[in-house]
Amino acid sequence: MTLTDLPTPTFGGGYDGEARPRMGFFTDTSICIGCKACEVACKEWNLVPEDGPLRISGNSYDNTLALGANTWRHVAFIEQDRPVQVPDVDLAAAAAAAAGAGTTAPQAREGLRWLMSSDVCKHCTSAASLEVCPTGALFRTEFGTVVVQQDICNGCGYCVPACPFGVIERREEDGRVFKCTLCYDRLKDGMEPACAHACPTKSIQFGPLEELRERADAKLEKLHEAGFDDARLYLRDEANGIGGAGAFFLLLDEPEVYGFPPDPVSTTRDVPGVWRAAAVAAGVVVAAVAAAVAGGRR
Amino acid sequence: MTPSQPPAGAASGNGRRRGRVRGSMVPEAEFRSYYGRPILKEPAWTLEVPWYFFAGGLAGASAPLAVAARVTGNQRLASSALTVAGAGIAASVPLLVSDLGRPERFHHMLRVFKPTSPMSMGSWALAAMGPAAVGAAVSDRLGILPGLGRVAEVISGVIGPSLCTYTGALVANTAVPVWHEARRELPLVFAGSALASAGAASTLLTPAADAGPARRLAVTGAVVELAAGQVMERRLGELGEPYHQGVAGRYARLAKGCTATGAAAIGLAGRRRPLAIAGAGLLLAGSAFERLAVYKAGFQSARDPKYVVKPQRERIDAANR
Repeated sequence: MTLTDLPTPTFGGGYDGEARPRMGFFTDTSICIGCKACEVACKEWNLVPEDGPLRISGNSYDNTLALGANTWRHVAFIEQDRPVQVPDVDLAAAAAAAAGAGTTAPQAREGLRWLMSSDVCKHCTSAASLEVCPTGALFRTEFGTVVVQQDICNGCGYCVPACPFGVIERREEDGRVFKCTLCYDRLKDGMEPACAHACPTKSIQFGPLEELRERADAKLEKLHEAGFDDARLYLRDEANGIGGAGAFFLLLDEPEVYGFPPDPVSTTRDVPGVWRAAAVAAGVVVAAVAAAVAGGRR
Repeated sequence: MTPSQPPAGAASGNGRRRGRVRGSMVPEAEFRSYYGRPILKEPAWTLEVPWYFFAGGLAGASAPLAVAARVTGNQRLASSALTVAGAGIAASVPLLVSDLGRPERFHHMLRVFKPTSPMSMGSWALAAMGPAAVGAAVSDRLGILPGLGRVAEVISGVIGPSLCTYTGALVANTAVPVWHEARRELPLVFAGSALASAGAASTLLTPAADAGPARRLAVTGAVVELAAGQVMERRLGELGEPYHQGVAGRYARLAKGCTATGAAAIGLAGRRRPLAIAGAGLLLAGSAFERLAVYKAGFQSARDPKYVVKPQRERIDAANR
C-alpha cells in the first residue's frame, strides 16, 4: 500500500456474504413540522442522557442547539423575513374574489418563513472520524453505517475535530465519544431507526440508500415544478468531499443557513500531502542536526 | 406565485452577519450561518496536548543530535542530548495518557496500525522510541550495558525526527480550518520549534567548549520556526486571524518575541555561558509558546462558523463560474 493509495473503508469490505445493502436516512425538511418527536424517540430508545438543564436559547423554538454526545437528532428552526410560499394559489385573484365577497383575503406581503430541519450524523462514505480513530473503535457496519464500539473507545478525542459536521463529541462525565448509531441494534433486528419510526410526517425516511436517492430525486422534481426553485438536495451525490453520505437532506435554502458546512471535505482526503510535509520536515531535522555537528564542537 | 427573492434590504437568512449593529448599512462579512453557532466541535483535548507536543519535539530532535555528536566524537554533547531525549520521552507518555477520556485504555492505541491516522502512527513511533531513548539515556548515565545502550541510541535517533513532525501532521489532519489549511507548513513549524528547543536544552547541559553544535542547532531551529510560521500565516490569509486574536494571538506574539531574542542571544553568546543560558531559556519558552499558540488557534478557528462557511462558499462559487 502506498501513501497515495490509502483505501477508504469500503462497504461490505470484510463482511463477505454478510454485507447488507447500504442503509441511510433521507430527511425531507420541506415537510418537517418541528415536533421534535425524533429527538425524543432517539433519546428514549438509545438511553441517551439529558444534556443539562433546559436553557431557553431565544433562537426560535430550538433549545437543543446542536448535535453532540447527548444529542443524536437535532431539530433546527430558522425564521426568515420572507413571504411564505403558497404554491398553486393566485393570491391576487384570491384577493379580488375575497373583496367581491366582502371577506378578508390572504395577501402577498412581507411575512415569516419558518424552516425546520432534523439533523443527524451523516454516516459519510469517507468518514474522517472513522479514518483518524487510532484504536479502531469507530468502524463500518455491514449496513455501511459508522458506529463507535464503546468497549474499545479510549476517549482520545481525535474524531471530534476531524468530523467536518461537528457531530461526534466526548461525553465528559464518561470520557468516551458518542454519536448516532443509525440504531444499529434495531437494524440488526430488521426494524427502522427510532427517529424515522416516530416521525409523524415522514420527513425522516429510512431505507436502502439507492431507493432513498430515487425518492429524493422525484420529490425535488415535484417541488421545482411547483415553483420551489430554492429546493435542493444536500449530500445526495457521491461527487463531494466526503464521497457521499448515508444521511442526506432536502433543503429549502443554502446549507449554511441550517448550520451545515456548504462544501464539507473529509480531512483524510489530503492525508498523503500531510505525510509528505511531515517527511520533508523530518528531513529538515536530520539536515539541521548534520549541519550543526559538521561545524566542529565549538 | 413563485418563490421570491427577499425584498431589497431584508435579511434573507437568519444569522447573516451584517456588522456589529443589527441593520447596519455596511456588512462586516458576507456569510450566512445558523444563529452564528459553530459548525465544528472544538477539540476535546486539554493542555497536556500542547505540552506533549513540546516534550515530544524536544526528545525527538535531541535523539538524532545525540547520535550525530557521538559520531563526531563529542561525548559530552552526546550525553547531554541523550539525557534530554530520555527525559522528554519520559514526560510525554504520562501527558498523553492523562489526556485520554479513559486513561486505563491507553493500550488500545496499539490495537491497529492506521496510516490515515497520524495519532495511530505516532503512538507506534512513541511506543518504539520510548524504551529506546529512556534505555539509552539510563545506560549512558550509569554506564551499564553500553553495547545495548548504543543500539538503543541509534534506534531513538532514527525515530526521533518523525516524532517531532508527526504532531504537526496530527493537528493538520482535522477539519479545523486554521490547522487543515496549514497542512503544508505545520510539520515544518513544529520541526523548527523542536530543533530550537533541543539545541537550547543541550546548550544548558553541556560545557561551553563542547556546546557549539547545540548553539548552532538552536539558532537554525529558531530561524526555521520563524520562517515557516511566517509562510504559514501568509498562506492562511483570513483563516490565520486566530494567530492575531485572543489567547492564541498572545501566545503567538510571545513565541515570536522569545524565539527571536533567544536566537540572537545564543547566536552572539559563543562561549559566554550566562548569555547562552539566557538565550537557551528564551528559546525553550518560545518553543512552548509556539505549540500553545497553534493549539489555542485551533479552538478559536473551530468556534467561528465564518472560517468554515466562507472558504467553502467561495469554492462552490468558483466551481459554478
